[in-house]
Amino acid sequence: MTVKASANAIDETGGRRTFLGEALVHLALIVATIAALYPVLWVISLAFSRASDPSAHVLPVPRGLSLEHFRAVTETHDAAGRWLFGRQLANSLVVSIATAAVGIAIATPAAYALARFRFVGKERGVWLLMATQMFPGVATLVPLYLILQGLHLLDSKAGLVLVYATTSVPFCVMQLRSAFESIPVDLEEAAMVDGASRFQAFRMVALPAARPAIAVTALFAFMSAWNEFILAATLLSRQEAFTLPVALQRYVGEHGAAWGHFAAGAIIVSIPVMALFYVAQRHIVSGLTSGGVKG
Amino acid sequence: MAAVSIRQIKKTYPGTGLTILKGIDLTIPDGSLTVLVGPSGCGKSTLLRTLAGLEKPDSGEVRIGDRDVTTLEPRDRDIAMVFQSYALYPHLTVRENLAFGLKLRGTPQADIDARIAEVAPQLKLDELLERLPRALSGGQRQRVAMGRAIVRRPSLFLFDEPLSNLDAALRGEVRVEIRRLHEKLGATMVYVTHDQVEAMTLADQLVVLNGGVIEQAGPPLEVYGKPKTRFVASFLGMPPMNFIDATIEGRVARAPGLSVQLPKSFDVRDVTIGIRPQDVRPNEEAALDLRFELVEGLGFESHVHGRLGDDGAPFIARLEGDEGRKIPKWGKLGLSVSPTDVHVFDRATGRALS
Repeated sequence: MTVKASANAIDETGGRRTFLGEALVHLALIVATIAALYPVLWVISLAFSRASDPSAHVLPVPRGLSLEHFRAVTETHDAAGRWLFGRQLANSLVVSIATAAVGIAIATPAAYALARFRFVGKERGVWLLMATQMFPGVATLVPLYLILQGLHLLDSKAGLVLVYATTSVPFCVMQLRSAFESIPVDLEEAAMVDGASRFQAFRMVALPAARPAIAVTALFAFMSAWNEFILAATLLSRQEAFTLPVALQRYVGEHGAAWGHFAAGAIIVSIPVMALFYVAQRHIVSGLTSGGVKG
Repeated sequence: MAAVSIRQIKKTYPGTGLTILKGIDLTIPDGSLTVLVGPSGCGKSTLLRTLAGLEKPDSGEVRIGDRDVTTLEPRDRDIAMVFQSYALYPHLTVRENLAFGLKLRGTPQADIDARIAEVAPQLKLDELLERLPRALSGGQRQRVAMGRAIVRRPSLFLFDEPLSNLDAALRGEVRVEIRRLHEKLGATMVYVTHDQVEAMTLADQLVVLNGGVIEQAGPPLEVYGKPKTRFVASFLGMPPMNFIDATIEGRVARAPGLSVQLPKSFDVRDVTIGIRPQDVRPNEEAALDLRFELVEGLGFESHVHGRLGDDGAPFIARLEGDEGRKIPKWGKLGLSVSPTDVHVFDRATGRALS
């Protein structure tokens, strides 16, 4: 394309771009970006500052660069001298990974069955599954508390995983059902003609083809458990049993707010999620089935 | 290799109540290439899938060789199938795709390697063995799909419109390749297509399906030359056969703009006359009086479109070379036809009158 032609470039809507128009669009984008990033920058600035008073930081620039807040948050110990932060980090990891694992393990075969088989009550079952997603977790808080109490699972990771799985399984089923539906049935039929049983066709063909969707679904299940606060705050009462969001909340209490500690903790809690997103982004954007059948 | 026998196969899809196959009887000789052809929804793919075991018939019997396979799972039928979509396993390399079926059947690795080494050069896949399907062109994917069937050495090959996703040039090339492959392997093959050129050029036995029944089965030239129904006559041939409702008087069929000699006399009076566009010749003392409307010139031949008489049936004549171009617009064209090239159908039933 010549320079002259590109100067008169026409955008997708067919209108001509003018300098003023471009400038206004960019201005709006810059303002929106600042608005979105400001709270994040503010938290970063607060976490790395020596002081802990948020009102002193209108501009998100750290005052007196320091890792003091990070040290304070990560070096908490309980009365017996055990490393509390490490314990709580492990709690969060175990609960989140277990929630994702239980969700995927139960949802994958269920979603495959919903995607591939005809059976009585299928649509009604899907509707019921959807219906469970309509109620926020808080609505079931009291019965859940009583059930876990009856099962002696309060203050335990197993109890929390059980509760989280009740919401993550329907979500995973919905996600994976559409993933399996998007895999051409020809692939499994080809496998069955080639010598596979129905289960082998599922395991050797459908499952690998659904791997990106499974990865993304697991990531979302992990994140929802990792970030969850209200249920955890209600069902856990001992410090050693806390997950990180509950522990974090303790920095902003009735008798004063350690905002610097809170900000440092918030960054630490965000790191695994950001790392996972970074690793999974290839799966999020790619479709593994491309090329298997004529697109 | 094995012959296939299909007896009284019926299939209705649950829920829709739609009967797709209405009692199919067909024998597929050992080592033959049988082509199932017909319009969309005629049941050809369902019949193929029934042979594969991917659909279970409501009633009837399928035998491959001396085995009754009607209720057997696909994997127990010793068949291989090439899908329209190719259905290559996207997460496996070409080599792994080829080896998939053999591995499942517990073939020793040395045998698998030997068979792949034998088949890959035949299909020009040697350079592609370590690639994933998404890194292949449409033609290459198609060859992998064929290779996956061939390495298995099944007793029956099934092809479900394997060329319809290829461009026209490649389609012609692969068509010849399939025919060559059939000659070489001598395997029993069943091939589904809606393309009459594929059907005519590939088939040892051509089976024309319509509305869940077999309209006619036989060698392709016989089916083309002696169509048993008006449907078969209209389905094969391009441009399609002309049909004119006519009345028989003695051994002559008459309609507006048409008065043709018949090969013999018939008992019925109201018939439909069928004349293929290439069976007419320009002739002054004409049996057909064509009122010219337009011409499609292809260089090597031309298709003259018009009507018979002032207000008669539409008619297409195929003329050699550029002859059609010379006719003046709105002019008349006299055409003659040999009595043996006139097909006579019962107007009510559409069946050929012999």
